[in-house]
Amino acid sequence: MLFAEEGALLPARWQMTVSLGSHIVLACFGVAFPVVIWVLHRRGIRDDDAVALGLAKRWSKVAAVLFAVGAVSGTILSFEMGLLWPEFMRVYGDVIGLPFALEGIAFFVEAIFIGIYLYGWDRLPPRVHLAMLVPIGIAGVVGTFCVLAVNAWMNAPTGFRMDAGRVVDVDPWAAMFNPRVWLQFAHMWVATFMVVGFATAAVYAVGLLRGRDDRHHRLGFVVPFAFATVAALAQPVVGHVLGMRLHGDQAPKLAAIDLAVETESPSPLVIGGILIDGERRFAIEIPRLGSLISRASPDRPVTGLADLPSEDRPGDGLATMVHLSFQAMVAIGVALAGLSAAFWWARRRGRDWLRQRWFLRASVAAAVGAVLALELGWIVTEVGRQPWIAYDHMRVEDAVTGNGGVWISFTVLVIVYTAMTVGAALVLRSMARRWRSGEPLDLPTPYDTARDMDVPR
Amino acid sequence: MSLAELVATLLFAGVLAYALFAGADFGSGVWDLTAGDAERGAPLRSLIDRVIGPVWEANHVWLIYVLVFLWTGFPSVFASVMETLYIPFSLAGLGIVARGSAFAFRKFAPTIATARLFGALFALSSVVTPFLLGCIVGAIASGRVPADGQGDVWTSLTGPTSLVGGTLAVLTCAFVAATFLAAEADQRDLPELAAGCRRRALWTGGLVGVAALVGIVPLADDAPTLFDGLTGKALPLVVGSAVAGTTALWALWRRRYRDARPAAVVAVGMVVSGWAVGQHPWILADTLTIEAAAGARATLWALVIVFVVAGALVLPALGYLFWLTQRPGWVAAERHRRPRTSRRRPR
Repeated sequence: MLFAEEGALLPARWQMTVSLGSHIVLACFGVAFPVVIWVLHRRGIRDDDAVALGLAKRWSKVAAVLFAVGAVSGTILSFEMGLLWPEFMRVYGDVIGLPFALEGIAFFVEAIFIGIYLYGWDRLPPRVHLAMLVPIGIAGVVGTFCVLAVNAWMNAPTGFRMDAGRVVDVDPWAAMFNPRVWLQFAHMWVATFMVVGFATAAVYAVGLLRGRDDRHHRLGFVVPFAFATVAALAQPVVGHVLGMRLHGDQAPKLAAIDLAVETESPSPLVIGGILIDGERRFAIEIPRLGSLISRASPDRPVTGLADLPSEDRPGDGLATMVHLSFQAMVAIGVALAGLSAAFWWARRRGRDWLRQRWFLRASVAAAVGAVLALELGWIVTEVGRQPWIAYDHMRVEDAVTGNGGVWISFTVLVIVYTAMTVGAALVLRSMARRWRSGEPLDLPTPYDTARDMDVPR
Repeated sequence: MSLAELVATLLFAGVLAYALFAGADFGSGVWDLTAGDAERGAPLRSLIDRVIGPVWEANHVWLIYVLVFLWTGFPSVFASVMETLYIPFSLAGLGIVARGSAFAFRKFAPTIATARLFGALFALSSVVTPFLLGCIVGAIASGRVPADGQGDVWTSLTGPTSLVGGTLAVLTCAFVAATFLAAEADQRDLPELAAGCRRRALWTGGLVGVAALVGIVPLADDAPTLFDGLTGKALPLVVGSAVAGTTALWALWRRRYRDARPAAVVAVGMVVSGWAVGQHPWILADTLTIEAAAGARATLWALVIVFVVAGALVLPALGYLFWLTQRPGWVAAERHRRPRTSRRRPR
């Protein structure tokens, strides 16, 4: 059970949860935001559109803040691979390290061109400057692929053989291009556009709600919302195809997601409900639909928890958590797809929903929903894999550090991350205020000796 | 050279790059801390913002490069280092977070008070983080990290070699940064600022020399392997470093800032290389050799390929970034929106 674990394991898992859970949101901005900015920047210089260019410039300043926090919180994660899970790295470091190394290269490319892009305003010819976003976008794709390669490998380890308890015949390329990587990558890459699209649009929805109905706010809403729409419509398809593989790859996770206690043929779809003493309670069951969705068959069963080896079976609490997280994620995803599709449908019919307060409020909620769905999805994949760190090969308790004091480092980390979040929120808010009050887009630093010469251009 | 040694060399190239480039960034933070109050320190802080702003994230990635190459090529070394050096690594990680985010936040701080808060955080963590990283090097070089990873978590931080490593790291960062900043100020036509940085570079440079001479004494007892290496096969590097360091100081004295820069880089590069050559063939001094620590051969080859890819993609891009920031047009874009500080500053 979650709280019965002893020693470093529980704080180590919590520390990983907090570090990953916060970094993943920032990582989304690193991957998708440059692409969204590119569209506006391109429109700005192609159509000589000052509003679009102004938005691109502001967003690049926001990106500077978010990327910095994302870069350093990502660094913490690479420390934690060893600080928290040294035995995992000792045994499997050379099996699964390759995608990490490639991710390092992608991050390098990203950091270099972000440096050039952020400081390139007024310094580079417009077309060259715009082109600097292209390598950033490509690096985002490669980086996402590499990180998801590692996570997919943890779900379905390949690329080595065990011989008398030792790892032999290591093939790092096979480990990287494991069978699950493509779908997991697609699922996450699409998710980055949902998070960034809905979150950015929500900022302008708030402005519109406060009566700032101008082209600046409309464009700032519509472009990211368009990205979010495409992503939100694609996501259920990608997610479903990914889920279909679970029966073969990770039966316990599927059992938890479907809250299948017994192996039933055909399996029902179980909506809601919790497990108490191994029994399903308070659930709505729709006959046959479970088999149809999870196995694409009218009668093939979902393996029940009771039919799994007892030492690999998730406890009631974990299974319930995975089940409810999964269903909340799906529900949010469907709602987001519906909301965004409805907006464009209404727009085609000539209705202006950007004047509808309910829609603007829903768009703000959509940003919260998108982030929530992202976190819930990671809960499903990570908690659903327990007790394994490398599925069927190494348990988390065998991977964790022997050091005491992880509670201390976890507590300090929470304090630092809270401060960082508050700091980022305050800075971003003040940036928005200063822009609104007519300060130059560059936002000079208060102590800057150049300040008095910075005039709005 | 065996495959394992080749990969260890590629790994070390990353350590070297991180020490030089991120070292200069850290050192800028040291000078930011000591620049004086909000008004007096403003010109130097503005210069630091401009100089490290475009490059600090890229410079920082060298650390990621080192970590991933280490855990992929030498997984047991990574695991052991992280287990024994849990405390300095945890603190350095937090220092990196505080530093990077505070630097980004300060640039967009709305008021002088918030800028001061973020600035203090940035500058303070710029001193603490390199100190801890230096301690980590000292702990590895003095054989405090056992091959199985369960070393003493405290003495790794408090051992004489660790303290020497930490002190030298901070001083070296400060020296390199002051030299770089002097050249950047000169390039931007800010003679007063350049003179101030020159003064700082001169006395920290002297201090680095003294610290290196004094610091080597405790190594004889505490890190005999490294000591023998530094006074034996790595001696040419040590001497070379001293020559280059003296050259840098001479160039600074003569106000030839552009010449001082490469000399300082060579001096630091040689002393860091001296550490690697000095403790060769150990990857963890006295406890684990490069050969014994190496991971699967197929993975080592993959890392060589990654390095070649990185060389083809990253190095030209990095060169482009550095070239851009050194181009007259880049600096001129700052100048046309900035008054000449020297003229404006009341004395």
